[in-house]
Amino acid sequence: MSDAAAKASLQPGAAAAAAPADVPIGQIFLEFLTIGATSFGGVVPYLRASLVTKRHWIDDKEFVEMLSISQSLPGLNATNMAVLVGEKLRGALGSIAAIIGVCLPGAVLMFAVGIFYHRHGDHVWITAALKGVAAAAVGLILSTVVGLSQKSLTGKFDFVFIALTVLAVNRLHLGVPRTLIGVGIIAILWHRPRKEQKESAVQ
Amino acid sequence: MNQIPALIRVFSYLSLLTVGGGMAAFPEMKTLTVEVHKWLTFPQLIHLYSVGQMAPGPNMMMIVAIGQWAGGTLGALVVLVAFFGPTAILAFIVARAWRKLEKWRWRTSIQQGLAPVSIGLLLAGCFSMAKGAITGTETAAIAVGVLLILLRYKVNPALLVLGGAALGLFSFLPK
Repeated sequence: MSDAAAKASLQPGAAAAAAPADVPIGQIFLEFLTIGATSFGGVVPYLRASLVTKRHWIDDKEFVEMLSISQSLPGLNATNMAVLVGEKLRGALGSIAAIIGVCLPGAVLMFAVGIFYHRHGDHVWITAALKGVAAAAVGLILSTVVGLSQKSLTGKFDFVFIALTVLAVNRLHLGVPRTLIGVGIIAILWHRPRKEQKESAVQ
Repeated sequence: MNQIPALIRVFSYLSLLTVGGGMAAFPEMKTLTVEVHKWLTFPQLIHLYSVGQMAPGPNMMMIVAIGQWAGGTLGALVVLVAFFGPTAILAFIVARAWRKLEKWRWRTSIQQGLAPVSIGLLLAGCFSMAKGAITGTETAAIAVGVLLILLRYKVNPALLVLGGAALGLFSFLPK
């Protein structure tokens, strides 16, 4: 098992937030490869189970913090988290090992699925099954939207920004970049730092 | 015709639109891969995306299949690097800067402001996909069913997508 992690957590002087010293690159790669190969149905819970609970590479607070950074940045949560955790453990090499590890199994699988679907995609059984799969995927995305709304919205007015974004993309066809910048700036200004928060923010 | 340069262009651009999740880039992905470059049809795009939800790992690995169709094995590799490279570099830079910005008051503002926009982008992507995926009562019932189950119970979503396949076979096979 993880000798490095076990030693690091046993060291009395080691701060909880400090990275376990010198996690080998190979171990980072293997851990993320395992996550990449087993994380059916969404990567985030698997990341937490592996990185926080099993390996103690990061603590829960760091995990939540990194996840919120991942969410605000372009890029998928899974790959952004791999980059952030890899960076924390071993810098640039750690990031590269982690992101390749987490992507590799799914990429190989979808490469094969793509070839198979290209050849047999018009088979009646497959089109019938895929109709159901696509409908289920819509339900899945909607549940993600609901979950994120419950977790990351900070005010009632945020629903106006959600509506504006949907309208801009689906009705006005402004395109994702213009919508992102336009509505994004308005929403950030709306959430601008207020005077009364200054004290608590600076402390 | 050599599609590699176009694949690099399109997928590195799409990469930067995935704020909040891969779905955020879906409307733009549809325009570029289906309408502009005609690498695949809209139903194929929906199918690949949906099947991709059953694969482990980051949930946009279906882009590999698009790359493979348009440019063979090299196309698949190129798409992978183009789609994950730019955001990975950005995340790497931000990871370093963000820690220094801990005291910067706008940091919270940016996170709070981008939250509803990224949710909106996911929803917009979802609607644009639903236009092709929800074609009648059966598909609507499957989508709503999955949504309600996920909101109510802790089930692995990949299993529900698999369940969708079973229901699809049951409902849409020519009798």
